[in-house]
Amino acid sequence: MMRTPAGHKVYAMAAEYPSAAALYEAAKHVRDAGFKRWDVYSPFPIHGMDEAMGLGKSWLSGWVLFGGVTGLLTAAVVEFGPSSILYQLDVHGKPWNFWTVPAFFPIMFELTVLFGAFAAFFSMLGMNGLPRWYHPMFNWERFIRVSNDGFFLAIESHDPRFTENGVRELLERTGGEHITIVHED
Amino acid sequence: MDGAPTAPETIKEAEQELTRVPLVLHRRNFSWLTERISGVVEQPAPRWWWVAFAITSSAATFGLFCIGYQISTGVGTWGNQIPVGWAWDITNFVFWIGIGHAGTLISAILFLLHQKWRTSINRSAEAMTLFAVICAAIFPGIHVGRFWMAWYMAPMPNNWGIWQNFRSALMWDVFAVSTYFTVSVLFWYTGLIPDLATLRDRATTKVRKFLFGIFACGWRGSNRNWRHYEMAYLLLAGLSTPLVLSVHSVVSFDFASTLIPTWHTTIFPPYFVAGAIFGGFAMVLTLLLPARAIFKLHDVITPQHVDKMAKIILLTGSFVAYAYTMEFFVAWYSGNSYEKFAFWNRIFGPYWWYWWFGMLFCNCLSPQLFWFSWCRRNVFVVFFVCMCVNAGMWFERFIIIAGGLVRDFLPSSWRVFHPTWVDIWTYIGTIGIFTSLFLLFIRFLPMIAMSEVKTAVPEADPHYGTLPGVQSVSPGGKERTR
Repeated sequence: MMRTPAGHKVYAMAAEYPSAAALYEAAKHVRDAGFKRWDVYSPFPIHGMDEAMGLGKSWLSGWVLFGGVTGLLTAAVVEFGPSSILYQLDVHGKPWNFWTVPAFFPIMFELTVLFGAFAAFFSMLGMNGLPRWYHPMFNWERFIRVSNDGFFLAIESHDPRFTENGVRELLERTGGEHITIVHED
Repeated sequence: MDGAPTAPETIKEAEQELTRVPLVLHRRNFSWLTERISGVVEQPAPRWWWVAFAITSSAATFGLFCIGYQISTGVGTWGNQIPVGWAWDITNFVFWIGIGHAGTLISAILFLLHQKWRTSINRSAEAMTLFAVICAAIFPGIHVGRFWMAWYMAPMPNNWGIWQNFRSALMWDVFAVSTYFTVSVLFWYTGLIPDLATLRDRATTKVRKFLFGIFACGWRGSNRNWRHYEMAYLLLAGLSTPLVLSVHSVVSFDFASTLIPTWHTTIFPPYFVAGAIFGGFAMVLTLLLPARAIFKLHDVITPQHVDKMAKIILLTGSFVAYAYTMEFFVAWYSGNSYEKFAFWNRIFGPYWWYWWFGMLFCNCLSPQLFWFSWCRRNVFVVFFVCMCVNAGMWFERFIIIAGGLVRDFLPSSWRVFHPTWVDIWTYIGTIGIFTSLFLLFIRFLPMIAMSEVKTAVPEADPHYGTLPGVQSVSPGGKERTR
């Protein structure tokens, strides 16, 4: 664990970039330098940044598929259970045999969407580790602009390739400004 | 740039880029957007807000009183009588739920179609959706008469061993509306998280910092988070797209699956969905045109946005006009005398002027003004048409519902519906609830999705300044909308 002379634990070395385009270019350099534990921060999602960071597709979609299938099965149980076993309802002498199953489709569809949406929302939070009370990046006073117009890049000290001079040199070379050490605590 | 000769195709492409009107005018940058949009929430409430809120919340309170009176006394406080068993209650339900559809269309369908102009209007349109669905959900609950038994609609084990009829359109409706509301809340809140982080970071008081901090979930704009976030947003849009088309279809099944002439038609699902989007866009503009003027958001909600929404109103309004025409045609062509009588009754029966004014003038004719670009550009004309559509869509639902029932198969039971003061004030009350919630929304939450509208600024492009054509989106470029 790296520590500053004052004894703070070091979370990362971070830099600010003047624009989304500069951050995008810098990310490609950091990716090519072989870093693994790093991140970029921006007020909005930057198109193509996932590739620039070397990140693949988000498999959040898997959870949504799981949620959707769960919803579909739930609807099937909720509908077939009462209608076929618990409470066979004869309305106006209309048929209630198996071939009336299309009448169950609307609710199956609705619950598929409902459970899929819940899965999308909660897996987004879960996969992002949110909600969280605290993050070391918030220790950097300039970082407050990340939700306004600031573009930041941070390489964590836990990265095996992290060396103070090497990272500083890389951040400088890619046009990073206000390069600083971010404390963990 | 590099001085290399550029191919003619590239120049043509670049010129096309040049003529594209920017979505954010006057080259406003990111911090201007943050400042202007957050500023609305952070400044003390202006006097007009208190006046408006006093009026709307009074209406809402009286509406709630009427609901309480109706629940405690009975459905007889309304003018509903056999044969008009569904009247203002279900009219209001369909009216409000229809309004919600524009919000979901903007947030989901336009997102899937890469319509970047949606970013300026989606937040407030989604908020409008939620508030409209809240107003809508009141009516099915109270019109059953015994409100305390509304839980019968939920399929849960009870000691009588009774279960719902899942083959009933009314049961589908329970699921459709509750799913619609829940998914809309999730979608809206997902979009809000980055903007709540902005408000958290700008908060000056401890209370604001704490509350926005809680609701922002510790969002920090990390790209590793944006990656999952964008996927979640895309999938929510993908799930909401069939949902928005299904909700009003299911609402229309409530009518279409009965045997009442004018209700029992297969055209209802697409006709209702088009009408819902039509009425919803009118309401979006009704709310946004004043909000834009008051908060000076003309650089974000530009003439181009109004123009595009007006075109959608024209398109869906024409769908609706076509559906009205087809209904009459089918009534004649089917040779069914009950159907023919019912449609004759629609234009010359007891509610004749509802049809001539509401359906013909407001819904079919007034949006046709939007064929002319000066009409789409003139906010007063746009506002006038939107008010016509708001009114017209209510009349349309009333004519379909009460107009279909008022002269049923047995002439001895014919009876014209007259609303009571409880009917009228319950409806005005829901308008009060809707507007009060919207006023609270613009006071406490960013009415424009900052993190999304920033992506419509040219500087948000990762290739901005590095490729020819990208940086040349000029401030006053020639309008492309014609």
